[in-house]
Amino acid sequence: MATSANDVEALISKGYKAGFITEVESDTAPPGLNEDVIRLISSKKNEPEWLLEWRLGAFRQWLKKEAPRWAHVRHQPIDYQAISYYSAPKSRKDGPKSLDEVDPKLLETYEKLGIPLREREILAGVAVDAVFDSVSVATTFREKLAEAGVIFCSFSEAVQNHPELVRKYLGSVVPVADNFYAALNSAVFSDGSFCYIPKGVRCPMELSTYFRINAAKTGQFERTLIVAEEGSYVSYLEGCTAPMRDENQLHAAVVELVAMKDARIKYSTVQNWYPGDEEGRGGIYNFVTKRGECRGENSQISWTQVETGSAITWKYPSCVLTGDNSTGEFYSVALTNNCQQADTGTKMIHIGRNTRSTIISKGISAGRGQNAYRGLVKVTKGADNARNYTQCDSLLIGPKCGAHTFPYIEVKNPTARVEHEATTSKVSEDQLFYCRSRGISREDALNMIVNGFCREVFKELPMEFAVEAQKLLGVSLEGAVG
Amino acid sequence: MTMLSIRNLHAAVEGKAILKGLSLEVMAGEVHAIMGPNGSGKSTLAHVLSGREGYEVTEGSIVFEGKDLLAMSPEERARDGVFLAFQYPVEIPGVNNVYMLKAALNAIRRHRGEPELDAVDFLRLIKEKAMLVQMDERFLSRAVNEGFSGGEKKRNEILQMAVLEPKLALLDETDSGLDIDALRVVANGVNQLRRSDRAIVMITHYQRLLEHIVPDFVHVLAGGRIVRSGGRDLAVTLEERGYDWLKEEAA
Repeated sequence: MATSANDVEALISKGYKAGFITEVESDTAPPGLNEDVIRLISSKKNEPEWLLEWRLGAFRQWLKKEAPRWAHVRHQPIDYQAISYYSAPKSRKDGPKSLDEVDPKLLETYEKLGIPLREREILAGVAVDAVFDSVSVATTFREKLAEAGVIFCSFSEAVQNHPELVRKYLGSVVPVADNFYAALNSAVFSDGSFCYIPKGVRCPMELSTYFRINAAKTGQFERTLIVAEEGSYVSYLEGCTAPMRDENQLHAAVVELVAMKDARIKYSTVQNWYPGDEEGRGGIYNFVTKRGECRGENSQISWTQVETGSAITWKYPSCVLTGDNSTGEFYSVALTNNCQQADTGTKMIHIGRNTRSTIISKGISAGRGQNAYRGLVKVTKGADNARNYTQCDSLLIGPKCGAHTFPYIEVKNPTARVEHEATTSKVSEDQLFYCRSRGISREDALNMIVNGFCREVFKELPMEFAVEAQKLLGVSLEGAVG
Repeated sequence: MTMLSIRNLHAAVEGKAILKGLSLEVMAGEVHAIMGPNGSGKSTLAHVLSGREGYEVTEGSIVFEGKDLLAMSPEERARDGVFLAFQYPVEIPGVNNVYMLKAALNAIRRHRGEPELDAVDFLRLIKEKAMLVQMDERFLSRAVNEGFSGGEKKRNEILQMAVLEPKLALLDETDSGLDIDALRVVANGVNQLRRSDRAIVMITHYQRLLEHIVPDFVHVLAGGRIVRSGGRDLAVTLEERGYDWLKEEAA
C-alpha cells in the first residue's frame, strides 16, 4: 500500500483557468502609501471633502495599528510601500455611460471569464457590476432595477449620486479602526458596489459583482455596502479572479451589510483569486473584513462562501444580531490545495433577544494546504434565549495537509443555547477504491466525495452559482488524486 | 466458454509472498467457492482480481474474457463486468447511496455504448432491485453505507451487484458478520442473480454459506495455492475434518 500516498499526492495539482492578463493601458499611481496618495485617490474620484477626511482619519488609525498575528497563516511581512494603491484602465475618464463606451478588451476579459456584460447575453435575472482593478467598468440592468427603486451601482457613483446614503451607512458596521486591514481599506478603497433596496421591495433579480485584479504590483481594495430597508429582500453574489503572477498581490476588501426590520440579505461569494503555483509562488493575499448587522427586528443575514482561490485567505464574514428575533447564518466551503493557507470562519454576536445563528463550515485540505476554521459565538448579557448551532467539518485529502479548528464561545446570558459539533475525516484510498471498483473513475470519485461533503453548503447557493461552485471545486482538485 | 482463467498466479503484499502459484478456470454460469483457513490468501485473491493497489503480481496471468485483466485499472475491470462484493464495505459520508450507484451504472453503460439512465428511470430500477434483497427504501436515500449495520452493508453490496449486473461477481466473505436471517436474505438475493451467462466466485471461511448458495465447485486454498478441488461434498468434508489435514498435504 506504499504507493497510495503518492497517488493521492499526484492527484493534487491544478490548472488555474482565469490566469490570463489583459493588455490595457492603465492609469496607475506610483507605489507607496502616504497622505498624498490618499488625496490623489480621492481627487481622481472627485470625492466630497468629508470622505477625504474620513479616509485620512482611517489612514492615521492604520499607522497606529499592527497587522494581526493570531491567524494560523504564515507569510513574509508585506511591504505596504511597494504596492500601488490605484490602477484604472485609461480609456475611461468619467466612466462609460453605456456598455458601448466600455473598452472592448475589458468586455472580452469578462467574456473569457464566462461573465458576459452585454445585457442580451446575460442570464436573465442577474445584474452584474464588474470591477476591474480599482474601478467599476460596467453595471448592467440598471434601468430595470431603478424601476423597482433599487439602487445598484459602483461605489464611486454612489458617492456622487447618493452621498447622503453613503455618508449615513459607510463605516457604520465596520468602523474605520476595526482592524488593521479594514483601516487600510478605509484609507485607500478604490471602488466596489453599492446596493440600496427601499422599504418593502423584493429585489427583482440577483445582484452580482465580479471583481478582477489585472494590473501588476497593485492591490485591490474594494468597498461594498448593501442596505436593505424595512421588509426588503436582496440576494447578492460576488465572484473574483486574478491573473497568474509570481509575486503576491494584496486584496483587502470591506463589505458592510445593513438589514433593517424584517429585511433579508443573502450574500454569496465564490472566491477564485489566483492561488499561487504548486510551490507557493505568487497568489493573492485575501485579507477581507465582511460584516453584516441585523439592525431591525426579525431581520436576517445569510453569508454563503465558497473559497477555492487565494494564496492566503483571512476572512470572517460575521453577523451582529442587534434586532430582536434576528437571524444570522454562515455557510462556508474553504478549499486549500498545494501551498494555500486559509484562516476563515465567522463571528455571530447575539445582542437582541431571541436571536438565532447557524454556522456550517466545511474545510477541505489537499496537497500541503492548511485550513483553519476560526469562529466566535458571543451571547451578550441582554440576549435572552439566544440560540446557536455550529457544525464544523474538515476533510483531508492526502498525508501532507492540515486542518485546524479554533471555536470561541462567550456566553453572558444563562438562557442561551449554544451547540457545537465538529468532525474531521479523510478521503481514504479505501473510499476511492470502493467507487472505482464500481466503475467510477478516480477523479469522479474524488469529486463525488468532496461534493457530498459540501452539499449542505452548496444547497444554500443560488442555482447558477451552485453549478459554478461544483465545477470550480472539480478544477481546483484536478490532479489531487492521480 | 472460459470466462476467467488464472494461471500460476504469484502475488505479494509489502514484499511478502501470499499467493504462490494459484490456478483456476471459471466458466460462464458456474458458481465456485474458494475456502481456506485464515491467512491462506483468500482476500488477497479477491483484491488482486479487482485491481486493488498494493498487491504486487510477481508471476502468472489472469485472463478475463480474452483480456489481460492485470493490465486494466479497477474502474476498467468494473466497466467490463467484474464486481467485488466487499468484506468490509466502505462508508462515504454525504454521498447519497442512489447517487453513487447511478453514477456507477451510467459509467458502465457509457462504456458499453448504451444510453445513460435518467433519475426517474434509475429510481424505478433501483426500487425493483431493492426488493430482491428486501432492502427498505429508506436506505436508498442515505449516505453510502453510513450508519448501516453489518447486515445492511452486505445487503447493499448485493443490491449494487443486482443493479450493475456484472459478468463475474466476486463475493468476499459475504457471510461474515451476518446472523442467520440476514444470511438467508443475502443468499436468496445472490441465488436470484445466478444466470447462465454470469459466473460467481464466493470466498468464505465457513461452509454454512454454501448451504444457502450451493456451488458447482469447491476449492481449498492453502499456502497460497489451490490444494484440492471438488464438488459440494468437499465442503462437507472440510466442515467435519477442518483444514489441517490439507495444510499438511500442501506442505
